[in-house]
Amino acid sequence: MRELAYYEAKFEALDEIMSADERVHLINGTFLSLSPHRHVYQNLQKKFAERMVAPPISELGFCGLAIGAAMAGLRPIVDLSTGSFIYEAWPQVANEAANAYSMSGGQTKVPVVFHLFHGLRGGGAAQHSGSPQSMLWNVPGLEIVIPSSPRDVKGLLKTAAASDNPTIFVDHTRLLDVRGEVPENDKPIPFGVADIKRKGSDVTLIATSYTVQVCLKVAADLAKEKIDIEVVDPRTLVPFDLATILASIDKTHRVVIADETHQSCGVAAEIAARIAESGFDKLKAPIRRVSTLDVPVPYSPPLEEHIGPNEKRIGAAVRAAVA
Amino acid sequence: MLPKLPREKLLDLCRRMFVIRHFEETLVGLYDKGVFGGHYHLYCGQEATGVAALSCLRADDYLFTTHRNHGHLLARGVDPKRLFAEILGRVDGLNKGKGGSFHSVAPSLGFLHSSGVVAGIIPLSTGTAYASKALKNGRLTVCLFGDGSLEEGAAPEAFNHASLLKLPVLFLCENNGKYGAGRATGAAQSTTMAAYPLTELPKAYKVPAQQIDGMDAGLVHATISEAVEKIRRGEGPQFVETQTVRYPGSETNWPTVPKPTDTSLAWDVSGVPEKAREWYRSCDPVLIYVRELVDGKQATKEEISAIERQVKAEIAAAAEFAVASPYPKPEEAETGYFA
Ligand SMILES: Cc1ncc(C[n+]2csc(CCOP(=O)(O)OP(=O)(O)O)c2C)c(N)n1
Repeated sequence: MRELAYYEAKFEALDEIMSADERVHLINGTFLSLSPHRHVYQNLQKKFAERMVAPPISELGFCGLAIGAAMAGLRPIVDLSTGSFIYEAWPQVANEAANAYSMSGGQTKVPVVFHLFHGLRGGGAAQHSGSPQSMLWNVPGLEIVIPSSPRDVKGLLKTAAASDNPTIFVDHTRLLDVRGEVPENDKPIPFGVADIKRKGSDVTLIATSYTVQVCLKVAADLAKEKIDIEVVDPRTLVPFDLATILASIDKTHRVVIADETHQSCGVAAEIAARIAESGFDKLKAPIRRVSTLDVPVPYSPPLEEHIGPNEKRIGAAVRAAVA
Repeated sequence: MLPKLPREKLLDLCRRMFVIRHFEETLVGLYDKGVFGGHYHLYCGQEATGVAALSCLRADDYLFTTHRNHGHLLARGVDPKRLFAEILGRVDGLNKGKGGSFHSVAPSLGFLHSSGVVAGIIPLSTGTAYASKALKNGRLTVCLFGDGSLEEGAAPEAFNHASLLKLPVLFLCENNGKYGAGRATGAAQSTTMAAYPLTELPKAYKVPAQQIDGMDAGLVHATISEAVEKIRRGEGPQFVETQTVRYPGSETNWPTVPKPTDTSLAWDVSGVPEKAREWYRSCDPVLIYVRELVDGKQATKEEISAIERQVKAEIAAAAEFAVASPYPKPEEAETGYFA
């Protein structure tokens, strides 16, 4: 089957989305950010120039503009590039976009997509390494999508663009070069369907975004120690597929959650709480979390490596879970 | 034109400009060799603003700066060893490796916080100015940012506060228009700011504002000294936009050095690639300054070369120090995040 790099799959999706629907506009399209692949973006610029806006550096302003345009019938995709910049747009995203549909009694739809690069990127320091998805998960009214593979990014981006809700689309720069199978004419991937990225019987390892790739390496390594890991990727946080996770725990009875948001009130904390509420009786060991330590992200390479959900920390948590 | 200062002081400004230029050019080399990996921005080409403007300040004034901060720190006298070490993520860095290029600070020199968020510092500068006024300590705040910062809502909100409260703050906007990322070019209507010229924005909030040539150290010095005097007299905030042409090696986010700077380039650019020659001939503020020193009989070419040799040696030693400095222990990541 055909193989694509993550960034190629993402651009194929954008191209198909924009070709199929004239209402899709790109606001601030620097989708590949500082990556060496950013030239790919120029092809879109040639094709859809009149539907692309390069606004001033004003996240609050251009996110608000996109939200208003969505209310009035367009389907904008906004790129915030570095995810931390969504903090600059908080009033418009969290207070306006997320609430409009509910507050209007279902009369005003806000079909807008906010694209973010989250996470530890190598020297981003505290202001360029944010993973705001757990804070956004605390805001009802936003769908949250978090792909981890080329096939997923394409299928999920198509669903995001077709959604009538404000959708947060969270990417990781370290995924851009990851390669994987992407069938031609692949179907959009529905929200709320977790994907089992590797089958296993000893422990359920739940992971998101780039951490899925790290966990697949850990699983391959620990297979040599006869620990058989099942890697489950929820793919969307809102809606959330708890059923697939519980079914996996039925088999393994042990859970480790690895994710790059900060530990307190993070993605892993929420998933752990849901499992504890609905699947406590299936567990033979405490749920273990491997999250980014609760400190502002430091710049220096060994410090950054130390705080993230790296292979060493995930491996240790899995061994502890099966011990 | 040369600043109206005694010869000794003029030579000191020259030395500081060389420090910035050779620091930055050496930094590009370290990045190219893979010694560090974080993204960084060059200040080359803006030395006449940084060095001349900061020379008008008192030692206890506050400064806020942003992603293009190396020049400001060095112009103010920060130890290049420690700035290099910070950018390399080493334990001897200004911030012990926790901040990197974006966030380097030097509280003893007035730099309490450096932000990589465009416009993040502008409201903060009204805060230190507010405190200085409340504490009646006469300390001024200088807020240094690019034209792109004016595009964020934080800027007009802060101008409004500074103006209403008559705060002792100088907003110093460095517009490296020609190749800069902020895109507010000097000559034509900006594609990113409807308030144009940029000085219209602070003026709407009754903050006196002017635009000047940021390549001209003498003009920068005269303008900033006068603005600083007015602020110290209690007249409230002032805004100055200095216009510069971006260093030809920093058109992209991945800087290069077209030709390592050397005093001799002030008179002979034949060794420079054709594409960048005009910049060295007519734009480079360091070379303009060097030519003015010689033409004004303030120094000989030999004297200037001697200063430059000494600076180059200092910078080379500083880089060596930083490369030899160890990384912090990984566990350091878990310390020092609460006072
Ligand atoms: C809030 C925020 N949005 C976007 C960015 C990304 N960014 C970094 S530098 C820059 C351009 C800034 O332009 P300007 O202020 O004119 O400074 P220049 O780089 O041209 O000197 C941008 C958009 C950021 N750092 N912060």
